[in-house]
Amino acid sequence: MSISMVKALNNGLRKALQDDPKVLLMGEDIGRLGGVFRVTDDLQKEFGSRRVIDTPLGEAGIVGSAIGLAMRGYRPVCEIQFDGFVYPAVNQIISQLAKLRHRSGGVITLPVVIRIPFGGGIGSIEHHSESPEVYFAHTAGLKVVTCSNPQDAYDMIRQAVDDDDPVIFLEPKRHYWTKGEVTDGTPPPLARARVLRAGTDATLIAYGPMVPAALEAADAAAEEGHSVEVIDLRSLSPLDLDTVRESVHRTGRALVTHEASLSHGFGAELAARIQQEEFHFLEAPVLRITGYDTPYPPSRLESDWLPGVDRILDALDHSLSY
Amino acid sequence: MPRKQTKSTADTQPVDGPIQFLSPEGVLEPDSRLELPSAIDLLALHRDMALVRRLDTEAIALQRQGELGLWPSLRGQEAAQVGAAHALAEQDMVFPTYREHGVAWCRGLDPVSLLGIFRGSTLGGWNPYERRFGLYTLVIGAQTLHAVGYAMGLVRDDVIGSGDDTRDTAVLVFLGDGALSEGETNEAFLWAAAQNLPVVFFCQNNQWAISAPYSVQSRVPVAQRATGFGFPGVSVDGNDVLACLAATREALTLARSGGGPTLIEAVTYRINAHTTADDATRYRPSAETDEWAAKDPLERLRLHLTARGDVGEEYFADIERREQELAEQLRAGCRALPTPDHASSFENTYTEMPAELRRQLAEHSEYLAAGFLTADQEIGATR
Repeated sequence: MSISMVKALNNGLRKALQDDPKVLLMGEDIGRLGGVFRVTDDLQKEFGSRRVIDTPLGEAGIVGSAIGLAMRGYRPVCEIQFDGFVYPAVNQIISQLAKLRHRSGGVITLPVVIRIPFGGGIGSIEHHSESPEVYFAHTAGLKVVTCSNPQDAYDMIRQAVDDDDPVIFLEPKRHYWTKGEVTDGTPPPLARARVLRAGTDATLIAYGPMVPAALEAADAAAEEGHSVEVIDLRSLSPLDLDTVRESVHRTGRALVTHEASLSHGFGAELAARIQQEEFHFLEAPVLRITGYDTPYPPSRLESDWLPGVDRILDALDHSLSY
Repeated sequence: MPRKQTKSTADTQPVDGPIQFLSPEGVLEPDSRLELPSAIDLLALHRDMALVRRLDTEAIALQRQGELGLWPSLRGQEAAQVGAAHALAEQDMVFPTYREHGVAWCRGLDPVSLLGIFRGSTLGGWNPYERRFGLYTLVIGAQTLHAVGYAMGLVRDDVIGSGDDTRDTAVLVFLGDGALSEGETNEAFLWAAAQNLPVVFFCQNNQWAISAPYSVQSRVPVAQRATGFGFPGVSVDGNDVLACLAATREALTLARSGGGPTLIEAVTYRINAHTTADDATRYRPSAETDEWAAKDPLERLRLHLTARGDVGEEYFADIERREQELAEQLRAGCRALPTPDHASSFENTYTEMPAELRRQLAEHSEYLAAGFLTADQEIGATR
């Protein structure tokens, strides 16, 4: 069945609520409204307001109380309405949620999922298009994952809810309405990257919002006779380095693309890992195609600001001609 | 029993001051605003306060001897903590700050376990579920939201309002006057009010948030702040263990019955500096400390017990003997706290150790196995 990513997430959350009475959803406007993106549409009607909770505004409150609920045996799934609204919750996420398991010597288990629509490309106002993934990926104790298509959205949200560790679940909002086939099957492990397109000349690594552009770039490159392998990382923390290494080892060239700013971004981590592990097999430096080191621009500028197919192809040419 | 509200107006102190039963001179008098509960074990309260004070004194000494890196003293706040703790039912859950040594003691924690985080041998120190006493929270105010979430869980578990005393459960969360300024505390108040949660906020207003006096935190009395959120606030003499016990007992009973949250302000004083690393002489006059020392919570209970004539020298000798035992237990226990295995830094970061972390642990283990002394071993070797 072909459904949108929003519908796939909605179905996944419904299944999670059905499968375990301890699963709760909580967030701003998620009940009667169904969330500003309708990801939780109808779920309060089906499961009641004790399980699908319309919270007061206050992101620290959402995450902080989710911690308390988890200590009482619940599995809360928090919705942060937009990427730029997560920062008031950062104290609870970084100092409490990420660390309580370790602080307690493994006694406290916090199976909390924090869903965050992230990234740009929807013509929005400020604070609604940000890419905060690295803040969380840099924090020990958190898992950070992102889906790029409806099937992964459906599978990964349920895997995230089942996971006993806190999971930051990033949803690429500009692909919310992209449709794709979704079936019930046995998904790969949550922390496993996926090779979406096989290739031999270069490895193009993407995640979340940049995956469709990466695939499009690989198509365009193929027309010019270049075989590009595309990896969808899916999980930033932990990072499935084996899949990346295996690919780069064969192709000898690696490019990373993300919407988030260049400096200190996730591409820097990948570049460091790749050069350390595959130094002798590299034919070119690892290149990064990313957003710039600026605040996210006003929406009239975003299509030029965001990395896209053309910039990926330019970088690919640079890599191949090195 | 119906609550008798503290009367207050917009910008004045409560008309009659904090609720007080036991005067600094040890005289017990009724207070029209709150009923003095029956069945109070005065000796148990006194014993706990005396032992908690000794625990605190001993920990300060251990810090001075270099056995602890830091210690936040509770001196002056024994009545507030012991009084509040004696109001708890076994099934209630406590979320402390980092200064609730007295509550920990009353909950039955091994007192040595309180030393670990200040010795640097652990980040936690106890199982929070065993005695229903959460881990110390160092970031001010953060625990108020954990308490709110736990209370939301109690509502969903249907363990409030059944009328069964062994089943109905509430949350008691501690905070200081400084925490009142944190956004998270105000969110916690708001959530607790909006959802009518079974949580009692117990604020020890010890007048000083490190160097910031209460006047920096607020222009209204603590208890009055609850009114704005829509739940009752009550102010008690925090150096009167009976007032603290009575107010907390009433608030917890209300919470367990489904009556919602209460904010209790225990007006007290931090006799010592913020921690052993702080120098309070830089920001507050010693005359103020002297004034509060004269209202000492332990001394007033001793005066009361002595005046009643139901305890004598034998009783106090027994307390002294218990204090000695506790001191010895703390000294020996502190020094015996094991330096954790280096692998423990890597463990429990996640439920299952990710491959990259396993690699880093192996690298670190190999480095240590190569014969380099750890810092701790080096210190030991030079002793």
